Amino acid sequence: MELLKKYPKLFQWLFLLIVFFALCFAIDVPETYKFIRGQAEFIKDPNQSFYILFGKEVRYYAFDNFWRLPPLLGWLPIWINDGLFFLLNEWMPMEFWDSATQEYKTRPLVLQISRNITAFMTFLIEFIREILLGGVETIVAFTSWNFVSAYPWAKLPGLPWTIVAAGAAILAYKLSGKGLAIFAGLVMIYISVFGQWKPSMQTLSFILVAAPLSFIFGLSLGVMAYKSKRVEKALYPILLVMQTMPQYAVLVPAMVLFGIGDHAAVIITMVVAIPPMILLTLIGLRGVSPEVIEAGKMSGCSNWQLLTEVLIPTARRDILIGVNQVIMVCFSMAVISAFIGAKGLGWNLLLALNQLNIGLALEAGLCISLIAILLDKMSLAWANKQTDYFGNLTFYERYKNTIFFGGAVLIGTILAIIGSLFFKEGFNYLYEVPHNKGISTADFWNKGVDWIFDTFFVYIKAFNTWLITEVLQPMRALYLRMPAVATLVLVVGAGYIIGGIRSALTVGALTLFIALSPWWDRALVTTYMATFGVVISCTIGFIVGTLCQQNKYTTNFMLGVCDIFQTFPSFVYLIPVMMLFGVTDTSVLIAVIVYATIPATRYTIEGLRSVPPALHDAATMSGVTKFQRLFKIEFPLAFPHMMLGLNQTIVFALFMVIIGAFIGTEDLGQYILKALSDKAGGGKGLVLGICVAFIGLIFDNLIRTWVEQRKKHLGID
Amino acid sequence: MTDAVIKCESVYKIFGTNAKKMLQEANGNVDAKTFQENGCIVGVNNASFEVSKGEMLVVMGLSGSGKSTLLRCISRLTDATGGKIYIEGLDLLSLKEKELIELRRNKMGMVFQSFALLPHKTVLENIAFPLQIKGIETEKSINKAMDMVKLVGLDGRENYFPRELSGGQQQRVGIARSLAVEPDIWFLDEPFSALDPLIRKEMQDEFLRLQEKLKKTIMFITHDFDEALKLADRIAIMKDGIIEQLDTPAKIVLNPATEYVKKFTEEVPREKVLIIEDVMDAPTSDNLSNLKVSKDEIIENVAEKILSQEKSVGVIDKNNKIVGTVHPSKIIHTVFGGRKENS
Repeated sequence: MELLKKYPKLFQWLFLLIVFFALCFAIDVPETYKFIRGQAEFIKDPNQSFYILFGKEVRYYAFDNFWRLPPLLGWLPIWINDGLFFLLNEWMPMEFWDSATQEYKTRPLVLQISRNITAFMTFLIEFIREILLGGVETIVAFTSWNFVSAYPWAKLPGLPWTIVAAGAAILAYKLSGKGLAIFAGLVMIYISVFGQWKPSMQTLSFILVAAPLSFIFGLSLGVMAYKSKRVEKALYPILLVMQTMPQYAVLVPAMVLFGIGDHAAVIITMVVAIPPMILLTLIGLRGVSPEVIEAGKMSGCSNWQLLTEVLIPTARRDILIGVNQVIMVCFSMAVISAFIGAKGLGWNLLLALNQLNIGLALEAGLCISLIAILLDKMSLAWANKQTDYFGNLTFYERYKNTIFFGGAVLIGTILAIIGSLFFKEGFNYLYEVPHNKGISTADFWNKGVDWIFDTFFVYIKAFNTWLITEVLQPMRALYLRMPAVATLVLVVGAGYIIGGIRSALTVGALTLFIALSPWWDRALVTTYMATFGVVISCTIGFIVGTLCQQNKYTTNFMLGVCDIFQTFPSFVYLIPVMMLFGVTDTSVLIAVIVYATIPATRYTIEGLRSVPPALHDAATMSGVTKFQRLFKIEFPLAFPHMMLGLNQTIVFALFMVIIGAFIGTEDLGQYILKALSDKAGGGKGLVLGICVAFIGLIFDNLIRTWVEQRKKHLGID
Repeated sequence: MTDAVIKCESVYKIFGTNAKKMLQEANGNVDAKTFQENGCIVGVNNASFEVSKGEMLVVMGLSGSGKSTLLRCISRLTDATGGKIYIEGLDLLSLKEKELIELRRNKMGMVFQSFALLPHKTVLENIAFPLQIKGIETEKSINKAMDMVKLVGLDGRENYFPRELSGGQQQRVGIARSLAVEPDIWFLDEPFSALDPLIRKEMQDEFLRLQEKLKKTIMFITHDFDEALKLADRIAIMKDGIIEQLDTPAKIVLNPATEYVKKFTEEVPREKVLIIEDVMDAPTSDNLSNLKVSKDEIIENVAEKILSQEKSVGVIDKNNKIVGTVHPSKIIHTVFGGRKENS
């Protein structure tokens, strides 16, 4: 009994686990159950049960209700679909002037709005793209195709690659200094020489449209949330879900509303990029000291002046970190939205991966990674840059960068003209190196892959077989044995023990949503893959982080490595694993592990680093050994922060598992991929995405509640 | 008094969701405890006072005494829950947003404890900020700001950023900024509390010099009783939102109204605070010594001279007219004995 009093939580947990396992054993998997068959599909089968709700028929395979709840939410995707269809095609028909046919046409309002947005976005993207690459579409937008064919000179010439490269270097110099300038120049030259110029500029123009728009919307919404509690409360759940929703699940509804192509991709990128901007704006504005605000008010600022002259400039750094986030999200979306037909590097990567041409994929991936690092470093440099005072500078000092850029434009133009005389036949390499005319290393890499396969095939194959048959299959089977009721009990119980009734209700509701959706078993598979990845990532991250933390140089080195790896869009990670392990579950899992190890390592290091130095000294003076200090002081204190890392690791792992569907897995991701090619996939994609987000949020809620209590207990912040 | 620049009539500030209702129900009888049980916190409790033109009122109190809240009610950075506040006869609480901004732009200046400078602007730009907000053209406001830079002795540093300045220098910028629009009313919220003792003393002297020149109407907040004594024309001592005593420094030191106030006055070196006028007796026909002292002299400065006399010393006013007498024993009594007598 004393033991019970001493560790009440421990016994609660034990009791919960006993109940859970008892339920698992008591409820057997029905014999008729077949995993692969989807349960809410429109295949008519006499074995199916069905029910009708809101006039929609939902068909499903009935099983023992304890084992698998009937998909009572099965109508939701259908209903969303019909809702979207109705909005788009039938709701509020109005008269609109059609300039192409010169007459009024009746069109539903939403369709017209979506068309207008589409046209606007397309124009913006084309405009920037043509500044970089040249073309006639912008002129056409203002005049007509006839005008362009009549006057062949009427087109945007596009900037020679030399000018863009010089521009990037000068901008980098202005933001940070020589080092970054050289890096920027080299990246641009690399892109050009290796023939990736056109797709890279397409991707860049995509970002140049998406990022500023996301910034403006994010900033305004953030300010609104700061001003009004009500707006904040309304935004908060959306922000939470968007943070854990796999980016690629939102592609599907966007496709339904806006179709396929760059414009749809830009819009959906904004949807994904705005939430972090809102969050960071809020954090920044909250961080402005109240006295500064009062000083502004006492200086007689109106509300608008207070915002633009006091609040935003003072919160500048956080807001610019938000810009950095926006750019990185935009970039990562630019790659993923290749799935809905956005042009650029992502598109090339997708094609190459589809053809299993690892060499080409690797080239595109390298370009993506280099541009990602460059954009990340430049925007961070901007955030950390302190404003200079230009009070007593000479004309030259003040306009140095502009002058240099002017010079670069001049020289670039001259070079391009010389080039046009020199390379009379074929391509003007000083203007633009065409896609397939640069130096290509694809063959080399392909040969390398072949060589690896030839040499190590036996071992890789053996490892692969071992992993799949001995580890993955049994683990998956175990997860699939989890009856819905038992899982619900486990999750609610855990919520109750950790955070009381409130937490229990939240996580219970989230789990119930997934359990009532038609994809319970898929969600289990997703969870199994994520768990496998998270366990291994955390082990690696924990060990590596702890080892690196012992020394200042290795710490900084490791954090730098994490920074760089984190900038890569998740999709890129699939390239090397496919190179080594081909198209199997193993590839996905290894990509998951590599990707999810980043936050695990980072948070371990940061957690250990956050232990106050005074405690180190105190411990050393009490005569502890290094190991004692690590285990008795540093780990317990750093543990809450490390748990936040676990949180991030889970989110990263889930993202990767979902993207892994591209290689071929049998989880929620696979259905999302299917929904992408399904005309009526909008609702399904959205609900599937929400399911994944909810898996993440269940863990998020439990971990966060625990961390907060633990921190309070330890008296940290 | 009719020339009161600031006038407060039973000002209340109560934090909490239904503060207004509770205040009405309390009917002028606000008890902090009952309010707290109902989830309200009393910040300022029935504050009534006036500040006349050119006067410096120092509000002294420990942290949580409501002194800063009172100041924020008067500058209307927060809205008072009840009572009336008049600024030069204007009913502050009835002002509209626009009128309030107008008032702040022209009549009020405020200095903050943590300086509250804008980190992205230089010293000059910070000082010019209220002028620019007002819409004064850049060249004019920069000239004006430059005058202010000189006034607070920061010439040569006008192009520095706040982060490049020491605490004392930053507060000079804060002071210059609050004075840039030439306000009549000057609010200072613990302006020197964040500074080192030596710098604080230097800044206090500087502040007195400025006030000598500018003659503003001042409300000065501090938690340092010595600072209050040194600067104030009158001191208001606050505790738990209530003004315990409001009087001149000398009267507070001589006659503390409550036990709480007495705790502060006990350790005060009286000879440094009191002037002859505070301790003199009525003029008598007794024969006086040859020494005459002015009634405005601080005791410390003349104590030695008076103590060297045997007879009473005559006290004179500006016109050399005798207005009272001081016996040496009175000086001894005041300096050494007074504390026991009061306790």
